Amino acid sequence: MSTVMKLGVIAAVLLLDACSIQPWVKPYERDRLADPIMSWDRDVISGAYVDHIYESREGSRGGTGAAGGGCGCN
Amino acid sequence: MAAVATEATAVFVMSKRFRIIRLGLVATFLLARPGGSAVLPDDRADIFYSDYKGGGMDITGESVLVRKKFSENFSVEANYFIDKVSGASIDVLSQASVIKDERKQKNISLDYIHDKTQYNFSYTDSAERDYTSNTLHFSLSQDMFGDLTTITLGFSDSRDKVGENDGSAFVPRVVWLGHAESRTYQAGVSQIVTKSLITGVTLEVISDEGYLANPYRSVRYLDLGGGGLGYGLASQVYPNTHTSTAVEGRAKYYLPYRAAASVSYRYFSDTWGVRGNTIELGYTQPISNLWILEGRVRHYNQNHATFYSDLFPFAGSQNFVARDQDLAAQTNNTIGFKATYAFLPDGWKIFKRGTASLDVSHIQFKYDDFRNIKDYNDTPAGGNYAPGAEPLYSFGATVYQIYLSMFF
Repeated sequence: MSTVMKLGVIAAVLLLDACSIQPWVKPYERDRLADPIMSWDRDVISGAYVDHIYESREGSRGGTGAAGGGCGCN
Repeated sequence: MAAVATEATAVFVMSKRFRIIRLGLVATFLLARPGGSAVLPDDRADIFYSDYKGGGMDITGESVLVRKKFSENFSVEANYFIDKVSGASIDVLSQASVIKDERKQKNISLDYIHDKTQYNFSYTDSAERDYTSNTLHFSLSQDMFGDLTTITLGFSDSRDKVGENDGSAFVPRVVWLGHAESRTYQAGVSQIVTKSLITGVTLEVISDEGYLANPYRSVRYLDLGGGGLGYGLASQVYPNTHTSTAVEGRAKYYLPYRAAASVSYRYFSDTWGVRGNTIELGYTQPISNLWILEGRVRHYNQNHATFYSDLFPFAGSQNFVARDQDLAAQTNNTIGFKATYAFLPDGWKIFKRGTASLDVSHIQFKYDDFRNIKDYNDTPAGGNYAPGAEPLYSFGATVYQIYLSMFF
């Protein structure tokens, strides 16, 4: 078996393995992430208001909505 | 006439500000949840009050929000926001007097969950005397990889109508100047890295087209033979297209002694030549189960837009001209504190619990090429500063927020 084929087989095995990723942080291990202090924006109106005080004074806009918060366990 | 122009100018300033607020509110609602998108958030009712003072402006905001689940898969949220502005920013005050006005915004948002996917639809209507705006928004979030990863995609379409008050503060006469359309594309990934660390990346592209200039603010140009100040004033002219890209990365870490530390960085660029950097650090410390104390510091800097100048060499010196504070080179720094108190831990009647918050922030703004022509000018009373030699402008602003939430 050529080196290329060996690498191909290894890559295929890794890809197949990736399809069945097991969560390395189990649901019962997410108590810290579920703590309210880990939330990005507990007060939704306030968070948006503060962001946009800045956007009214700055040339920059957007991108500040954090993609995620909490832990997916509540 | 000068007072009329000023009154209208500040109104427009408010319009622009809250046009963005609306989008941000949508984004926040959308993106604050993906980690928990398999379950809808708690039912809640919020009351919010804010007061911003700084740079000659006093803006108060009042808002109510109600969120209610109608099943395990479907919920509705309604929000009403009203804000009142008095005073005006420096570039407005340098031309005329102060103003008063208000803006009203209504938003309704629907969430639907199917398996590990959450769909969100929302509609926002914002109205004030010389500016109206309507926005439709759609997004979906998908949990994957054992709910360690959440991907969010969003799209908003906004239609605005831009006007100018050609009357007075007491007898307004609005002349509608044109329309603007805005489309926002959002993509985000949230990733649980360890039992104590969560990270996220957000990409947001906004594309505007139409009447984007501020019809009230003026540029100034050198005119030594002019009205005694050494400069003349002319209308701003903006390009009629604008596309911006913002990318933000953030992380939050749970410390060993029950506290949290966070960091975020955002890079911004747009087709008007503005490049911005934002970095923010936060710290959260609970005290028993009753209090949560938070502190944050933020730093921001940007260069100026390609068609911005504090003083143009002569009238009509280039196609596009602007002298808007937002587009000037600037730096600002913020320090803020927030205290949240949890009450009714055992519930009361229909309520499960409640929280009350007080948030105080101070922001110091400093401009690198925006000069204070209100207090300093080429007159004996103004210090005899030649045009373009006036001191650079800076100011501080303080923001108070009071927040009451009841969960049921």
